[in-house]
Amino acid sequence: MNELKKSFQDGAFIPYIVAGDPDYKKSLEIAKKIIDAGADALEIGIPFTDPAADGPTIQKAYARSLNNGFKVKQIYQYIKEIRKYSDIPIILLTYYNIVYNQGIENFYQKTEKIGVNGVIIADMPPEESKQVTKKIKDKKINQIFLVAPTTTEKRIKTISEKGSGFIYVVSRLGVTGKRKNFQETTKKLIKKVKSNTDLPVAVGFGITKPSHVKKARKAGADGVIVGSAIVDKIEKNKKNQQITQYIKKMKQKI
Amino acid sequence: MREFSKYGGKFVPEPIISALDELEEEYENIKNTKDFKKELDQLLKEYAGRPTPLTYSKKLSDKFGCKIYLKREDLLHGGAHKLNNTIGQALLAKHMDKDKIIAETGAGQHGVATSMAGAKLGLETEIYMGHEDVQRQKMNVRRMELLGAKVNEVTSGEAKLKDAVNESLRTWVKQLEDTHYLIGSVVGPSPFPKIVRDFQSVIGKETKKQIQEKEGKLPDRIIACVGGGSNAIGIFKEFIEEKNIKLTGVEAAGSASISKGLEGVLHGSFSKILQTDEGQIKETESIAAGLDYPGVGPEHSLYDELNRINYTTANDKEALQAHKLLSKKEGIIPALESSHALAQLPKIQKEVTRDDIVIINLSGRGDKDVEEVQKHE
Ligand SMILES: Cc1ncc(COP(=O)(O)O)c(C=O)c1O
Repeated sequence: MNELKKSFQDGAFIPYIVAGDPDYKKSLEIAKKIIDAGADALEIGIPFTDPAADGPTIQKAYARSLNNGFKVKQIYQYIKEIRKYSDIPIILLTYYNIVYNQGIENFYQKTEKIGVNGVIIADMPPEESKQVTKKIKDKKINQIFLVAPTTTEKRIKTISEKGSGFIYVVSRLGVTGKRKNFQETTKKLIKKVKSNTDLPVAVGFGITKPSHVKKARKAGADGVIVGSAIVDKIEKNKKNQQITQYIKKMKQKI
Repeated sequence: MREFSKYGGKFVPEPIISALDELEEEYENIKNTKDFKKELDQLLKEYAGRPTPLTYSKKLSDKFGCKIYLKREDLLHGGAHKLNNTIGQALLAKHMDKDKIIAETGAGQHGVATSMAGAKLGLETEIYMGHEDVQRQKMNVRRMELLGAKVNEVTSGEAKLKDAVNESLRTWVKQLEDTHYLIGSVVGPSPFPKIVRDFQSVIGKETKKQIQEKEGKLPDRIIACVGGGSNAIGIFKEFIEEKNIKLTGVEAAGSASISKGLEGVLHGSFSKILQTDEGQIKETESIAAGLDYPGVGPEHSLYDELNRINYTTANDKEALQAHKLLSKKEGIIPALESSHALAQLPKIQKEVTRDDIVIINLSGRGDKDVEEVQKHE
């Protein structure tokens, strides 16, 4: 069975960090701590200069990483080092130009080889995915697509067919970033997606508090992705221990 | 297949897709209705000041040894071709029942033109402008505010035009329901490049008629500057099928996406962009803020590939010389952007004959550039 799908069996808590944030070495340490704290899968961002889907927190993380010298080609080494440590499912998130520039074939070949389980391209909707899906047809790697509050049921079905691994539900209209409340509309959206797909459903964008995790799970989400809330702690230079504690608290509610 | 062969597309986060689909559908439905066409014609004529003249320049003609005409978009209300697009899109937004428009701006010309259209048509207007540009274009910021728009400073990235586009996209996705994103050039995800091109193509249509009236034939060459590429497509489109007319697009040497870029995706479309060998977007540097952008409209990338339009560059110094020349010889202060098109004249001098007709798209006036030019004296 698909390793990535399996991680959703009892609910998946999926933290997101940016490779190279604040620098290569520290971000590797943080990744390991997050794994130790009980993450069920790990989502890793490859920085891009122009992340139009991201709010200020993640924009700044990308900038920190790039300013501290992170190079896209270092991602392969970075993943390899995590793989030496753990076999946790790994999902890469980046923007189309980064993948295109690496060469689509080359990127997927290398990432598959080092054991990446899934890829999300934030600015690649299914209508622009032909070249990618063609290249990964006989690879083990999963291409994950997003569903938003504005996505029609018909599109959800298409996305479900084109994608694999899981469906990433964008909880609200907007960009990534922390927020206070878990909205009623998000619950409805999760239900709508669940009734139109057999894939696991993970919800992200704005998940910040343990109560959000609980509500997302109650609404039927199989997994929860937390990015800005963690990256924010990295920005504020919080001790790794605090990140660990936060992850444990969030994970409890899965 | 994308809109322009392999170029174009909708490389945007999923939440924006529905808004692009809606825009495309509404645009196709509305654009040919009698009401819309009549209102647009009326606004272009009574408010914007169309048609703009096609001015024969005797002194430039004598100097460069051919017949030189200037298409006077500098005389359009607001001082640049930008209003053709903003009036069109603002009217479209109105027909789509949107209450609000948002836009990015670099030099502030598109911001001003958007604010004008917003004021004229009663739409709440917000402009996103990089911190760098706010500093160097204070007068345009003040103009936008006078026109009733709110100007938001963007501090992310390089705090320039490309970052203002990012911020506009981020803002749009939060308020898709009641807001239209009024993009300023033939860039961005589909259907924007097509919509902006259609609204700007009035330039070429007028030019064709005017040159036929004056010369009884079509021109031999047309030259325009290329930032995102809207004034250039605007004048070229009508002549694309006339294969013997030489079309030249002039980019700024410090931000020449076609001449020096590689294929990739920036701001939602597949086109040529200035990027590092890692796929990160490069910083650009041009004296003309309106050309200071690392991408270019996808339709231009296609015409480059088809060799239908010839793309070349002019550097800051060449543009400044052309700027001064036109000011002194013709009594017209051209925008630094447009000066890049003028800077092509000395370079073609050896190739042209007395009877050759050359049209320059004078995309804007240069009042906004007076300070910048002075810095280089
Ligand atoms: C006068 C003028 N010309 C040209 C441009 C470049 O834009 P485009 O290439 O879309 O015509 C600008 C942009 O601000 C401008 O103000």
